[in-house]
Amino acid sequence: MPAAPAGTLYRGREGMWSWVAHRVTGVLIFFFLFAHVLDTALVRVSPDYYNRIMDTYKTPVVNLMEVGLVGAVLYHSLNGLRVMAIDFWEKGPRYQKQMTYAVIAVVLLVMIPGTYFMMQHTVEEMFGSTT
Amino acid sequence: MTIAPAGTSGSLEQDDSRSDRLVLEKPRTRRQRPSSQRSGTNFEMYSWIFMRMSGLLLVVLVLGHLLIMNILDGGVNRINFSFVAGRWASPFWRTWDLAQLWLAMLHGTNGMRVIINDYAERDGTRFWLKMLLYTSSFLVLLLGTLVIFTFDPNI
Repeated sequence: MPAAPAGTLYRGREGMWSWVAHRVTGVLIFFFLFAHVLDTALVRVSPDYYNRIMDTYKTPVVNLMEVGLVGAVLYHSLNGLRVMAIDFWEKGPRYQKQMTYAVIAVVLLVMIPGTYFMMQHTVEEMFGSTT
Repeated sequence: MTIAPAGTSGSLEQDDSRSDRLVLEKPRTRRQRPSSQRSGTNFEMYSWIFMRMSGLLLVVLVLGHLLIMNILDGGVNRINFSFVAGRWASPFWRTWDLAQLWLAMLHGTNGMRVIINDYAERDGTRFWLKMLLYTSSFLVLLLGTLVIFTFDPNI
């Protein structure tokens, strides 16, 4: 039987939560990668099958999930760079908290216009074109 | 958490199965190395280095892939069979996608291995979860590689 939980070393601030988010986004991206290799493999079956699976990527709900995917990959990438900075840059550990906020800021800055470009077509199709 | 001096005889010794036991060794005793190091390889160190090196490359490969496929020039709405055929006519994009596939699969599989080791406490659970992980990763990697190498635009 697994032992009873030992005492915790988690400190519950920026360092811990960025680590938790790194794990969660990593697992989500990994499962999507499996699905994505399988759907792309349909190009080897027939153009029609591939186009049909791509049409589901263009539906509103899946389109919204793609925004989440891009945000997750962006966070995981930037936080990965933060981890490397902590490992290899002598001042990295001292600035890990500031780097966490920098990661969040860049994710938001990129995702606001990013979401606009990714959802533009879906929104126009649902509510009519503005032009 | 149980704290016990190393080499204490008696009832404490029966408690060795507990993983949360903090052992305080006698001064100047040789450090007991983790089992992976005892076997003479440095697998965990190479895994640590691989995660950083592949991660650095994946930042460029995957963010570039997402920018092209999801954001620029209409994003996902312009993707269909002929779009893929157009891209894979170029050896550059085939190489990009192949490198991306291999690095992402290995990086992701190794990350999952670490997570299984962290949370699955029973030896049997850990073993079977990792077997499932390695088998499915191998099959997906094989399939993806075959698709990139055998793609036929005139199918």
